[in-house]
Amino acid sequence: MTVSAFERAMNYVVLTVFALVVLSPIVVVLKLALGPKDAAASRQRTPIHPGNFPEAWKVGRFGEYMVTSLTVAVLVVVVAVSVSILAGYALGTMRFRGANVLLYVFLLGIMVPTEAIVVPLYFDLRSFRLTNTVWGVALPQIAMSIAFGTYWMRTYFRSASRTLIDAARLDGAGSMRILWNILVPIGRPAILTLVLLTFMWTWNEFLIPLVMSPNGTVRTAPLGLAFFQGQYTQGTALLAAGAVIVALPVVVLYVVLQRHFIKGMLDGAVRE
Amino acid sequence: MADAATPGREELPPPARAWVPYAYLAPALLLYGGFLLVPLGRAVQFSLTDWDGLGESTFIGFDNYVAIVHDERLREAFGHAVVLIFFFSIVPVGLGLVLAALLTRSRVRGLGFFRTVIFLPQVIAMVVVAVTWRQIYAPKGPLNGLLRLVGLDSLARPWLGDYTWTLPAVGLIGSWVSTGLVTVLLMAGMSRISGDLFEAARLDGAGPVREFFAITLPSVRGEIVVALTLTIIAALKTFDLVYVTTSGGPGTSTTVPSYEVYRRAFEVGDVGGAAAVGITLTLVVFAITAVVNRIGDTR
Repeated sequence: MTVSAFERAMNYVVLTVFALVVLSPIVVVLKLALGPKDAAASRQRTPIHPGNFPEAWKVGRFGEYMVTSLTVAVLVVVVAVSVSILAGYALGTMRFRGANVLLYVFLLGIMVPTEAIVVPLYFDLRSFRLTNTVWGVALPQIAMSIAFGTYWMRTYFRSASRTLIDAARLDGAGSMRILWNILVPIGRPAILTLVLLTFMWTWNEFLIPLVMSPNGTVRTAPLGLAFFQGQYTQGTALLAAGAVIVALPVVVLYVVLQRHFIKGMLDGAVRE
Repeated sequence: MADAATPGREELPPPARAWVPYAYLAPALLLYGGFLLVPLGRAVQFSLTDWDGLGESTFIGFDNYVAIVHDERLREAFGHAVVLIFFFSIVPVGLGLVLAALLTRSRVRGLGFFRTVIFLPQVIAMVVVAVTWRQIYAPKGPLNGLLRLVGLDSLARPWLGDYTWTLPAVGLIGSWVSTGLVTVLLMAGMSRISGDLFEAARLDGAGPVREFFAITLPSVRGEIVVALTLTIIAALKTFDLVYVTTSGGPGTSTTVPSYEVYRRAFEVGDVGGAAAVGITLTLVVFAITAVVNRIGDTR
């Protein structure tokens, strides 16, 4: 479309201003993280203080929390994605009684806020001695991820080539073989997107790990950061460094695989 | 099969054995049922009792729900949620519409990079966002520094310790998080509008404003519905942001329903009341989703 040179210039101004507004908080936190952590550090002549990162890592025990986060996230991703592939396969390619009802049951789970289920989850899993365990933190998130994952995989399997499935079936392939040898390899992009989204949601989750591990044995990175903010009040540099550390894994994944993130979050949002 | 001749999607052949689909669904249903549906049912059950989390619970019918209407603090919390919806949803959709319309009118270079940047807040953990903005809003933080620099000293204040300004300050963080997502969503919708429509409108002498209301806005109705649904739900589910920035304070000026669920269940020891707030929140989410989609379908 053709527009005037003035409008084009205005567009660049709008783009730049908006991008700056979005980026400025990120620049602020990076600047704080590289700033002097106390009066003694500010007397040094160095303009930046990258030493804040290893120190925050040690003082805030982020190493430990990141390992916990990674353990929980891997558990949730592996279990939720595999189980969602199986369920989505049934809902997307097979005809059976109750298929529609089951689809709506899964869609319901996408909308249920965590706040509604977190109270009984805590008291009931406590009676099973699952609170303060990795499974106690992971299982509720597996359930929430299955709701979206099943819906997401069903959408993929419905779009998968019918003729390909029929041809394989005529060759005598069973439903398991069709799934693992044909549909899963072709569906790698859709599965990768689901893996990334599930990983991000689990890594960033706050309420479930906060409630399910009251004594802090299973403290994930975001909780570690909130806890660090409460404990460490002498300065802002180490806190800012901690914030960068906690955000970094997902941000790096996003920068490398941004198409998957953006497409996934947009397509996942557009329900039929 | 009788309907094997029906064309289209419904032409799914029945599986060789009737139990096969259920076997594929079983693990998902077991985990999803056990850790989401059962807790949801248990929450309804809890919400009908008076229980402190330790001793005996007593059945009290709908008293916890009646209390939501009468409890000043809870009424306030739901009122604050409405304010947050304005900042999380209405502001981003308004801004996003203008931005997306501007950017799709002409081919702009660097749009891919721009998209990556404005979407970034969506992938950052809310706790990190909250910690960052707490620094920005701090009494000696960069925001007040900027205001003093440009001579607006009178506007400088402790943004998160002020009865009037804290709720909008928290809301603005939500606008910062949501606007990029909404803009990218609307841009995707607008890029699908046929260029012929705009050409025809221009031949009729329509200016950019009329073009926007006559063509662009009606064409992205679906995307607006999705954007509103997503951001309203995000506003209603705001827990970590409030927990980390203000803990509902100062006083009760920024408390929200999701924070009340946590406070009631785990700090005050009113488990039944907390469950009732959680269930009410769920019903509100369902109702708003239904209404927004209804309006989007019919208009």
